[in-house]
Amino acid sequence: MAIPNRKSTEEIAHGIRRRVFFHSMRNNGGYLSQACSAAEFLALMYNEVLNLGAPTLPMTPKPFMGVPSASNPDAFTGAGYHGPFAPEYDRFFVSPAHYALVIYSALIEMGRMGEEGLEHFNRDGGSVEMIGAEHSPGMEVTTGSLAQGLSMASGLAWARKRAGEPGKVWVFMSDGEFQEGQTWEAIAAMNYHGIDNVGVIVDVNSQQCDGAMSSVLDLGDLAGRVASFGATVQSVDGHDLDVLRKATSAFEPGKPLFVLANTSPFQGMSHLKKRFPRLHYVRFKSAEEKQDMQTEIARELGISETELEALAHG
Amino acid sequence: MVEIVNRPYASAFETFAVARPEVLCLSADLTSSCEVDGFRDRHPDQFLSLGMAEQNMLSFAGGLAMQGFRPFIHTFAVFLYRRPYDQLINSIAYSNRKVRMMGFLPGITTPGGITHQAIEDIAVMRAIPNMTVLETGDATEVETVLEAADAVDGPVYVRILRGQVPRLFSTPFEFNRLRTLSDGDDVLVLTSGICTEEAMRAAAALSGHGISVHHLHASTIKPFDRDGLVAAMRGKKAVVTLENHIITGGLGTIAAEIMAEEGVGIPLRRLGLNDTFAHGASRPYLMKKYRLDAKALVDAIVSVLGHSVTIEESELEAVRLDEVHSSAKAEAL
Ligand SMILES: Cc1ncc(C[n+]2csc(CCOP(=O)(O)OP(=O)(O)O)c2C)c(N)n1
Ligand SMILES: [Mg+2]
Repeated sequence: MAIPNRKSTEEIAHGIRRRVFFHSMRNNGGYLSQACSAAEFLALMYNEVLNLGAPTLPMTPKPFMGVPSASNPDAFTGAGYHGPFAPEYDRFFVSPAHYALVIYSALIEMGRMGEEGLEHFNRDGGSVEMIGAEHSPGMEVTTGSLAQGLSMASGLAWARKRAGEPGKVWVFMSDGEFQEGQTWEAIAAMNYHGIDNVGVIVDVNSQQCDGAMSSVLDLGDLAGRVASFGATVQSVDGHDLDVLRKATSAFEPGKPLFVLANTSPFQGMSHLKKRFPRLHYVRFKSAEEKQDMQTEIARELGISETELEALAHG
Repeated sequence: MVEIVNRPYASAFETFAVARPEVLCLSADLTSSCEVDGFRDRHPDQFLSLGMAEQNMLSFAGGLAMQGFRPFIHTFAVFLYRRPYDQLINSIAYSNRKVRMMGFLPGITTPGGITHQAIEDIAVMRAIPNMTVLETGDATEVETVLEAADAVDGPVYVRILRGQVPRLFSTPFEFNRLRTLSDGDDVLVLTSGICTEEAMRAAAALSGHGISVHHLHASTIKPFDRDGLVAAMRGKKAVVTLENHIITGGLGTIAAEIMAEEGVGIPLRRLGLNDTFAHGASRPYLMKKYRLDAKALVDAIVSVLGHSVTIEESELEAVRLDEVHSSAKAEAL
C-alpha cells in the first residue's frame, strides 16, 4: 500500500528536475545531470512500483546523532523515510550515494520529507549529507564507496526469502558501479542462489566522473553481460514511463530482475549538453555561464519569471 | 599572511613525470579530482585510465612495475587501501614493487562522509612490511614529495593535499627528517599534514602567554626520524601530538612507541580522532568537533603543563575556508 499521493508520476519526475535545478542554481553547482537521467524511473519507483509504508521519521530531518555503536542508542538510518520494516513492505537501497540530492527531491515530491529538508543539504551537523550517508533521508546502508549496495541487498533478500517475507528488495544502481568487480561477484551470487526477490534499476547514463564511460573504461554489452549469468534483463528507454512500468514488473521465478534504464544525462535540460562530457558534477565556471544555463533550463522546465526572481532574492 | 598555492600537485606532477618516461600516471575515474586531468590531456601516452575498479588497478600496477615502469596511482586515499587491501599486499607490498600510491583527501579534509574519509590509512599502511608512508603538510611538500617518493626502493603511500594549499615551508621535502618549526623549552609538539598549520598558530599564541613550544613537523611517517624526536624530547615537560587521523596507529602511536622504547618518562597527550568514525561536514567544523584544531592543541598543552592561561578563539583566527566549488574539480569532492 503506497501512501496516497495526488501527483502523477510525470508530475513527480518534473518536480524532481525542478527541485534539483533550483538547488543547484542557489548553490552554484550540484549533481544536476543525475536528476535529468534518473527523474522518470525514480518517480516511477516511488510512485508506483515500491510498496512502502508511511514514513517513520519526522518531515524535518533530524540532526546527525552520532555514528552507530553499542553505546549510541540515538544513531538512526534514513530508511524511515521509506516507511517501517515489515514483511510485506519493499526495501529500497540507493547504491550510488552521490545521487542523494535527487533522492531527497523525490522524497519531497512524494510528501515523504518536508520541503525544508533540502535546506539542510550539506549543512554542518545535519543528516542530509551531500554524499548520502546511512543516516541521510532515504538511505539505509553505507554506499558512498560504490558497488556495495547490491551485495548487501542480496544478503538481505536471501534472508527475507528464507523468512518467507513477501516484500521485495529493490536496488538503484549507477552504470559506473558495473566497473567494480564486486558488482559481478554479487550478480553471480544472486543467480547461483536463485535470489528472485531483488529488483535492480540501473541509470545507464553512460557517464562517470571523468566523462563518457566509453572514454574511461567501456562496459561493453552490459545487457548481455548481466544476462549471461542467468538474470532477467530489461534494457529499456529510461525516460519512457510505459516501458519502464512493464520492465519493472518483469520478474521471473528463480532470477533477479535487472532493469537497465538507458537515459540521457541532459534529458529535460537540453542546455546541459553544452557541458558534455563534463556532466558528473555541474559547477558553473562564470556568472555568465550560470546565467545562460539558468535562463535556458528554466525555460525548458517551464519555470516562470517570478520563480526565477524569487531564486535571485532568496 | 600565508601564500595559498592553487593546485600545486598538477604542475609538480607534470614536470616530474615528463622528465621520467618510466613513470606512468594511473587513474580510477577521479582524474580531475586528483589534479591530473591536464596531464592526461597533454601526455596521453603516459596516462592509463583504469576506470572505477581499484582492485584491478592495484594489481595492474604491480604488473607494470614488474616490467620496469613506476606507476603513480591517483585516487582518493580511501580507495587505495580499503577495498583493494589484499591486492595492495599481494601484488605490490610483498614483492616490494615500486608502486607509488598518491592518496588524495586524507582524513577529514573531505565532506564526503565516512566512505571518503581516510582516517585509519596511516595505521594500516604503517603495519604493512616494505611500505613507506609519507604525508604532505603544505604546498612546498606537495611540490617536492614526488622525487623523495620515487627514490624509495619499494612501495610508497603518500597523503597528498590538493586544491588551495598554503605554503608553510621554504625548503623541499626531506626524506626521514623531522622539520623544526619552532624551538622551545616547555613542551614538544609533534604534528603532521594539515594539523601542522594549526599547531603553528597555536605555538604563536602560546608564546605570547609565556609557554614556549618546540614544534616538529613529520612528513616521513614510516620510516621515522627517531633520533630527531628523541633529541627534541630532552628536557621537555610533556609531548603533545596532533594528527588528521585516529590516534591509534598514527603519529601519536609512533611517539608513544618511541618514548616507551627510549624510556622517556614524560606525559604524552595524543590528539586526533579518538576511536570514532567521523561524518560528512566541512573541514573547519570537523576539525573543531573532533579536536584537531589549534584551540584543541592549546587546551591540551595548557592542561598537560598545569597552566591556567586562557587563550581566546580570536587569537587563533585566520581559519582558511575550503572552496567546495572551486573550478578545479569534476566531482563535488
Ligand atoms: C569505490 C569508489 N571508487 C570511486 C569513487 C568516486 N566516485 C564517485 S561517483 C563516481 C563515478 C561513478 O560513475 P556513475 O555513478 O555512473 O557516475 P555518474 O553517472 O553520476 O556521473 C566515482 C568514481 C567512489 N565513490 N567509490
Ligand atoms: Mg553513470
